[in-house]
Amino acid sequence: MTRTVLTVDDSRTMRDMLRMALAGAGFNVVEAVDGEHGLEVLSAHRPDVIITDINMPKLDGFGFIEAVRVDDDYRAIPILVLTTESDPAKKQRAREAGATGWIVKPFNPEKLVDAIRRVAA
Amino acid sequence: MDELEAIKVTFFQECEELLADLEGGLLAMEEGAGDLETVNAVFRAVHSIKGGAGAFGLEPLVRFAHVFETLLDAVRAGSVPNTVELAAVLLRASDILADHVSAARGLGDVDMAASAAMAAELEQWTDPNATPTAPAPVAAPTVAEEPAPAPALIGADDDAMDGDDLGFVFVPQTITVEAQAADAELIPSNVWTVSIRPKSDLYRKANETALLLRELSRLGPIKATLDDSALPLLQNLDPEAAFITWSVRLETDQDETAIREVFEFVDGDCDLEITRGEGSVEASIAALTAPAEPVAAVEPIAPAPEPVEVAPPIAPPAAAPVAEVAPAVEAAKPAAAAPAAAAAAAAPKATPVEVPGPGQSVIRVDPERIDRLIDLVGELVINQAMLAQRVGEYGIAPSSNLAMGLDELEQLTREIQDSVMAIRAQPVKSVFQRMPRLVREVANMTGKQARLVMDGENTEVDKTVIERLSDPITHMLRNAIDHGLESPEERKAAGKNPEGVVRLAALHRSGRIVIEVSDDGKGINRERVFGIAVKKGLIAPDLQLTDEEIDNLIFLPGFSTAEKISDVSGRGVGMDVVKRSVQALGGRISISSRPGQGSTFTLSLPLTLAVLDGMVVDVAGETLVVPLAAIVESLRPKPEEVRPLGPVGSVLAVRDSFVPLIDVGLTLGYREESPHPTDGVVLLVEGEDGSRAALVADAIHGQRQVVIKSLEQNYQQVEGVAAATILGDGRVALILDVDATINLRRREGGAPRPPEPSLIAAE
Repeated sequence: MTRTVLTVDDSRTMRDMLRMALAGAGFNVVEAVDGEHGLEVLSAHRPDVIITDINMPKLDGFGFIEAVRVDDDYRAIPILVLTTESDPAKKQRAREAGATGWIVKPFNPEKLVDAIRRVAA
Repeated sequence: MDELEAIKVTFFQECEELLADLEGGLLAMEEGAGDLETVNAVFRAVHSIKGGAGAFGLEPLVRFAHVFETLLDAVRAGSVPNTVELAAVLLRASDILADHVSAARGLGDVDMAASAAMAAELEQWTDPNATPTAPAPVAAPTVAEEPAPAPALIGADDDAMDGDDLGFVFVPQTITVEAQAADAELIPSNVWTVSIRPKSDLYRKANETALLLRELSRLGPIKATLDDSALPLLQNLDPEAAFITWSVRLETDQDETAIREVFEFVDGDCDLEITRGEGSVEASIAALTAPAEPVAAVEPIAPAPEPVEVAPPIAPPAAAPVAEVAPAVEAAKPAAAAPAAAAAAAAPKATPVEVPGPGQSVIRVDPERIDRLIDLVGELVINQAMLAQRVGEYGIAPSSNLAMGLDELEQLTREIQDSVMAIRAQPVKSVFQRMPRLVREVANMTGKQARLVMDGENTEVDKTVIERLSDPITHMLRNAIDHGLESPEERKAAGKNPEGVVRLAALHRSGRIVIEVSDDGKGINRERVFGIAVKKGLIAPDLQLTDEEIDNLIFLPGFSTAEKISDVSGRGVGMDVVKRSVQALGGRISISSRPGQGSTFTLSLPLTLAVLDGMVVDVAGETLVVPLAAIVESLRPKPEEVRPLGPVGSVLAVRDSFVPLIDVGLTLGYREESPHPTDGVVLLVEGEDGSRAALVADAIHGQRQVVIKSLEQNYQQVEGVAAATILGDGRVALILDVDATINLRRREGGAPRPPEPSLIAAE
């Protein structure tokens, strides 16, 4: 069964990169441009995995993760955050918000698919 | 890697937008209007540029963006105060960031010294106590940025490959799972015991023990043992808590780091113990359980740990229920897990699959498809006009069903055309947003103080026009600062604010887009302009000119007012080139100036280069189209209103003023002898500079929308003719350039044209 990945990032470049890597690995990809939009897309597509950026307008990654985790319908969905290696504090905050794992930017497709495999049944 | 290239194109497009956002935000901050959201947006812009650049391995860009981002992060956090002075520094930094982006794109170079100096300045702002680093490590001369040879997307990890498997070397052929297990006993160095005791946080973050076991099994064969001794009775069970402890016997050639890596995501969310060797399951579990807080004050179900064998790739039954039971036992949900954020309120609604841009939904379409659509609609308009003409020729009554249906068709065609043109229309913002930087740079270079005020950025105009607005605007702005504004000292002496104001505005006026560039400088020095024109032999010294005519001298080819060609306005482009390029677009440029108060350049262009509303007229047997926008009124002159002027010219008395009469046929060379104006029709037209003229034609055929076909592309530029079109009956007609026609006649003083290749519309 094709698994669906929701990518939430305000950068079109990042979304395209993720789409390329994920589609290439056989995932179905749905996209959102910020946290608020992510919550909408979430209910429409019920993704198996969520990949989200942290810095976004409207609702940032932390807020988005928290919102997913308090929703009984979605709280079991694994969430990977996109981080940069230089910011352990942000990673920690994302984990506290309920992030399942993380992907360090810049990523390569192998790393990305690897991270998904580690969190997705 | 075509797809990657395509994403790179997207990245640079996005960079443009981000840089514009960045500049907009910084300008707001400079005006003291930057609230926290502005700072956040500014930070995000730089952050996104850095992120994308990192993905493409654009090292110098990443480095500079990183320093920039670090400072912005500090501003965001409040540790660096958000001041107007800071905004000015950030603005200059954004210019350098833009240079880095251009360089990464292969367009231009970065002044590495300036970049390094700026990076040092930014670092200084970030941490004033830091010892000012010697102008940064990068001190190379100007170099074009090169993408790192290996983009981050390529290249897999190879270090996981390990060729030297001891077991395989010795017993290669007849190995079975049992045999291997037996062998393992003999090689204890390959055996690890991993004890895992997940905490409830592990599950709260949607991690999953079964997956951890699966990951472990990728390192080598595993045997997992489950200890459920801490599991309370169901009635006492907290569904959100974790009670199971796992002990895993793992055979692998990997080292401890590789095993620990499996648990990277759950670090801190489970008690983990990794020991080399067989290890007693009981002991390791005891080791784990002992220091932990009392898990539950409940009697363990099974006092003795009964090892349960679990096939690794299959989800262990014990772990799954925890997750599944959870939703059902709602009431028991720990409050901690629910910081009842507004999140849940974000009522999930079905949304379109298309990814909307922030705030609005956007479809990206290849521009070629739109161009094709516009072409087709153009043909449709022509075809519809032909149909209408044919129907007219058959003498069908206007009240008949056919004629009425045709009217409706015409309406629809027009609506389709408007809608299609609207697709390609874009706000001039994309051009305007590049200008603040230009103004800063030019002001710096010339030692002037200039503030740019922009107006009407959202005025929409066809994409084809937008693309060609940039050059004239750039030049007019340069000119305004370089020649228009005085130096701060001169301004002070004149009692003005030392900071000059340059205004750039866009507006729609009678079916055209008007761009105004005005300054509050010294205005045109007419004496000097006149003197230069005489000196350069452009005009006769005794020529009597009005102020307006003198102002317009600067558009003459070969005219340049700067005594020394400055770095800024020089560049070999004079206002005459600007004027010509504008005219080539069917546009006009004019100037008005008041000494001591400044000058205004007005540029007017058609909204689209695709269609035109025109009056179809007959001149000497030729059909011409006169742009409706230029026509004030049409009239049949009475004999007493026509007055001769000079040997051949004549003027028309219109109400209280006299307007020169111009015979279009004569001006374009269709005929040698003008008929008397009273025999024809007169179109009173107004040129861009406000001057009026009365064009004489033989007859008016009516008003029509025509599709513009470029004469330059299909033939060559012809003075007095703006473009061509195809009429309803299939004939080609020329579209008159009203201003050029007036000028032609002015220059020749109404004298008959010398014979020149006359242009006859071809069938």
